[in-house]
Amino acid sequence: MTTVAVPGASALARLRDVRFRIRPGTAVSSLIVLVLLVAVIAPSVLTHRSPTAIDLEHTLLPPSLSHPFGTDDAGRDLYTRVVYGARESLGIGLGATALAMGIAIILGFTGGLAGGIVDTVIARVLEVAFAFPVLLLALLLIAIRGPSVTTVIVAVGIGSAPGYARMVRGQVLAVRNADYVTAAGALGHRRSAVIRRHLFPNAMRPLVAVITLGIGQSIVWASGLAFLGLGVAPPSPEWGALLSAGRMYITTSWWLEIMPGMVIVLVALAVTSLGRTMQHQLEGAAR
Amino acid sequence: MSKARRILVKAVTAVLVLVAAASVTFFAQLLVPGSRATAILNQENGRAQQWTAAQLAPVNHEFGFDKPLIVQYLGYVGGLFRGNLGTSYTQFKPVTQVIGDELVPSLVLTVGGLITAWVLALAVTLLTAKRHRFTSALGSTWEALTASLPTYWVGVVLLVVFAVEIRIFPVIGGTSAWGTVLPVLTLAIPLAGFLGQVMRDEFERVLDQPFITTARTRGMGDARVRLVHALRHSVLPAITLSGWALGALVSGAVIVENLFGRPGIGQVLVTAVNTRDVPVVSGIVLVVAAVYVIANLLVDLVYALVDPRLRGAS
Repeated sequence: MTTVAVPGASALARLRDVRFRIRPGTAVSSLIVLVLLVAVIAPSVLTHRSPTAIDLEHTLLPPSLSHPFGTDDAGRDLYTRVVYGARESLGIGLGATALAMGIAIILGFTGGLAGGIVDTVIARVLEVAFAFPVLLLALLLIAIRGPSVTTVIVAVGIGSAPGYARMVRGQVLAVRNADYVTAAGALGHRRSAVIRRHLFPNAMRPLVAVITLGIGQSIVWASGLAFLGLGVAPPSPEWGALLSAGRMYITTSWWLEIMPGMVIVLVALAVTSLGRTMQHQLEGAAR
Repeated sequence: MSKARRILVKAVTAVLVLVAAASVTFFAQLLVPGSRATAILNQENGRAQQWTAAQLAPVNHEFGFDKPLIVQYLGYVGGLFRGNLGTSYTQFKPVTQVIGDELVPSLVLTVGGLITAWVLALAVTLLTAKRHRFTSALGSTWEALTASLPTYWVGVVLLVVFAVEIRIFPVIGGTSAWGTVLPVLTLAIPLAGFLGQVMRDEFERVLDQPFITTARTRGMGDARVRLVHALRHSVLPAITLSGWALGALVSGAVIVENLFGRPGIGQVLVTAVNTRDVPVVSGIVLVVAAVYVIANLLVDLVYALVDPRLRGAS
């Protein structure tokens, strides 16, 4: 019998070593994320109504069996609108996090690898950036460019980039001095190969969890901007836009604010909880 | 390095950070689409159109946009040192005047929020950290939950429950003491969760230390051990984070003021963003950055006072 080398077999073996303890919190979080993904990919599975169907005989109805989240001022079913809004909301969250991580990786790796004066400059730039709260930096950008989906993504992305950049830089500095990197250098591997094969994957691994946390945070920031009337504008069913549209009715129709807000909170909590679980698993695997 | 010298170095760094922050806001103003004079004229006349050079010239002259960029920049940064933040595009008066009176209610709100958050976090930590398994779990779950709640949602829930359904507090409270309760709580609850998580970690770690056992064998009661020994250690990371949390606090204040219709810097800011009044927005962002930098400088000093281990250390 011959042994066949299966590509990726070692990775599979490593995966088996990680003990996945399924906690109830993780199970609920996974379920929420699963429902979210269904809403993004095939919203019509979760609801038979249309997010734009106006029904002027049933406006501003409180939550009931036929309208679990109630209806809005045009009689549209709020639950359906939340389901259809998932795609844009998650898109904004992903876009902003991708932009933030892109900036962070460039700054973090440049600083961490170059060292010396370049690193000092980048560290100082980050220090300056930290003096600007995320929301205020976002508002400054919106004041300059005017509100739009793109501005919101860019604003939230740039606003949250410094935090990630500091983390990436820290990771690079930690990994750079690891024994296996020194060993690879001593073996005569080219620097570019060492960076590609050792530094990058190992510095990035703990950040996978951070990215997950970041998506939840980005959705919350973007909806906060919309809440101020400076994000995605109604009549889009994007979650922030729903909050913005419901502001006028807050003293009479509480569900227009509470329900979309609750969905944002649940998604943010679920994503954060999953991110934390991943963080623990990855730390466990690294040990 | 002597203590005075260390403080001086930190102060100089703070000033440099602020000058850099000012440069960011100055160059941000140049990114306005079209020319700044066009933006001002469009705002003034409520239109979006092109203006002739003859129409733009007086505006350019009035705001000094016709001077070389480097002169404008130096004028801006120099003006900051004299307390001049520029001129509003919509109200045609100094930004400091636009912000001026609005600072006080915002300061009341943020300081009130910070103090309330500390009281809440300390109470929850002292009562639930390292107690019965169930009590501890309750405390840490409460912290994890509140720490991840968006400010606007906390505010909406408090508003709906305590101002609309049960009419204890006014919906629009203005700056009255009674009307300030809900805004302060809105700001404090998520922050308390955040601070509490850090306090609890340190608190539980410290209670396992040998010197705590020593104190207990000397016959010190549990309440005194917690208050005298553990508390002092567990507030340290929370002090550091309070300086850091100032940004979150200000962001939260903007949303809270907007939700409760409370006058303050956040209201001015949102109006200015809506009218594209970039100098006012830049001015507020810069003031906040200054407060943040100064507060963190103070945190460093407070830290040295609370933690005797840092005194005289270099």
